Amino acid sequence: MSRAFLSVENLSVNFPTSDGIVRATDDLSYTLERGQTLGIVGESGSGKSVSSSAILGLHRNTNAHVSGAIWFGGTNLLALSDDEMRERRGKEVAMIFQDPLSALHPYYRVGDQISEAHLAHNRVSKRAARARTIEMLARVGIPQPDRRVDDYPHQFSGGMRQRVMIAMALINDPVLLIADEPTTALDVTVQAQILDLLQDLQKEFDTALIMITHDLGVIAEIADDVLVMYAGRAVEYGSARALLSQPAMPYTWGLIQSIPDVSRSVDLPLRPIPGNPPSLLNQPAGCPFYARCDYSKFVADNRCATELPELAPASYGHLKRCHLKEELSVYDTQLAVVETGAN
Amino acid sequence: MATPLLEVKDLVMHFPVKSRSVISRTVGHVKAVDGVSFTVAAGQSLGLVGESGCGKTTTGRLITRLQKPTSGQILFEGRDIAQAGPRVLKPLRREIQMIFQDPYTSLNPRQTVGEIVGAPLVIHKLVPSNKRLAHVQELLEVVGLNPEHYNRYPHEFSGGQRQRIGIARALTLQPKLLVADEPVSALDVSIQAQVINLMQDLQREFNIAFLFIAHDLSIVRHFCPEIAVMYLGKIVEKAPREELYEHPKHPYTKALLSAVPNIEQAILGGRRERIRLSGDVPSPINPPSGCRFRTRCWKAQDICATEEPLLRRVGAGADEAACHFPEQ
Repeated sequence: MSRAFLSVENLSVNFPTSDGIVRATDDLSYTLERGQTLGIVGESGSGKSVSSSAILGLHRNTNAHVSGAIWFGGTNLLALSDDEMRERRGKEVAMIFQDPLSALHPYYRVGDQISEAHLAHNRVSKRAARARTIEMLARVGIPQPDRRVDDYPHQFSGGMRQRVMIAMALINDPVLLIADEPTTALDVTVQAQILDLLQDLQKEFDTALIMITHDLGVIAEIADDVLVMYAGRAVEYGSARALLSQPAMPYTWGLIQSIPDVSRSVDLPLRPIPGNPPSLLNQPAGCPFYARCDYSKFVADNRCATELPELAPASYGHLKRCHLKEELSVYDTQLAVVETGAN
Repeated sequence: MATPLLEVKDLVMHFPVKSRSVISRTVGHVKAVDGVSFTVAAGQSLGLVGESGCGKTTTGRLITRLQKPTSGQILFEGRDIAQAGPRVLKPLRREIQMIFQDPYTSLNPRQTVGEIVGAPLVIHKLVPSNKRLAHVQELLEVVGLNPEHYNRYPHEFSGGQRQRIGIARALTLQPKLLVADEPVSALDVSIQAQVINLMQDLQREFNIAFLFIAHDLSIVRHFCPEIAVMYLGKIVEKAPREELYEHPKHPYTKALLSAVPNIEQAILGGRRERIRLSGDVPSPINPPSGCRFRTRCWKAQDICATEEPLLRRVGAGADEAACHFPEQ
């Protein structure tokens, strides 16, 4: 069987610190085809950014330990030399960073910053690179691109800066684009514009897109597949439709129920996930979500505390990491208790 | 009719823009807040929503009198505090408190939680020093923190816990009005819900009125029975939440609501038609003439450029909108 366009296999990223090993990403596997969008959801510290920056080789020459394999177009990115990786980074694989103000250099004109990416990978003249930059700025919807190309980042609004980041990431027509919370810092109207833009560009260039976010609403709008991460591990993985309409494990339930739902009565209190995400240092045996989970009482022999569940098919298809059986009926019963109890 | 707790009339805040020559002259004004009026009743919540730069945070800072407004009235229990001096304001600070957006920068890293939460008691000389600790511990317990942690420093707490510290500090003086400026937007989704529930419990228990400033429309809907939408320094629509979310009257409100990603609609109804607002919010230094939203509005006509629409009743309900061509 041939591999997927992008296939991440058993990826682990550990950071040795003086307090112990931080397992930021642990045994993560997923696949992605061209033209498809994978949404990665999770709270801060769940490993979603760390695992994605490993694809770009951003942990090279740091003290991080990266293991596993990242197969991309037939090569294992982790086995490449630094030079070979540099050739791909920014060309075939590109990333849009979360905070456009800190990801852009304040002293350089945005046009120079964008064309630098083009000049680094193509033997073209500066004039040609500039023309290409203006073309890209126009493509991402910046008005008067021939004038704005000589502006500095502070002269752009938040949404415009994010467009600059997108133009920079797309200037070499990457086939894989990683967007790390590209809309988190933006207003909803601008977020809608940026999401539309990303989808249009994806269609046009048949790009594979990894969308990292903590907003399930954004995921629902643009993702084909969803990967839910918790404490460095995948806890649920499947098609967006299946996962969001029939979520199969308590952490995902908690995420969905934490969002104020327009169709629910406003008199019902929100149902937060109790407690805080665990430390990635010295993780306990058993399920990483055990300490915050209300449902471990439904599992026999206290297995949740002692045994890490496998990422295995849930009763209706997609993968979940949970010992709970018959999860949908448990979920429905719990929901019914909550709704009637509050009335 | 009884006097409302807070009544804001025609509030204006213009920040001068100086030229950068040796002799600095005022070359214009940023019209951050430009004629805003609303009321908040005791124990009630008003939500203030809008995009960044619309003036919602400035409005909050004016009401807490962290800044002095250019003109307009802020009537707190019937008394105008808009131009009041420090002597009048000091006792008033006990009545109006603020919860800040970023729990990482709004707590002094070199003070213990006990010092932070107890500081208002020292400043207002309310509780003798030997009883202060017990008072602080009680407050920590109220907001769901371990009272034994009073001598820890902010960095030892997570984001959600820090926001609880900020809330405890705001509660110390038992205020009647809390201005909450984006209180949960810096927190993870699962933690947001914890903090929202906490604030609602406190509101019920202590009968605190909230001015809830946020850009997240679904959270505002959950928290506030009445909501005002701001655009470029003005309120463009003010309505009870059911009205605002089901039948928005102002085109801007409609566009704002349609931009919120929604799980159920995306899963069940496929992709819904979204109103794309083109471009950015215009500069508040030179806002468009007439209706400020007209440059991005799909319904704009000639009258919108010449005549400014005033906030007025639209439809049968309590919904008010500032638009020449409101939605029906």
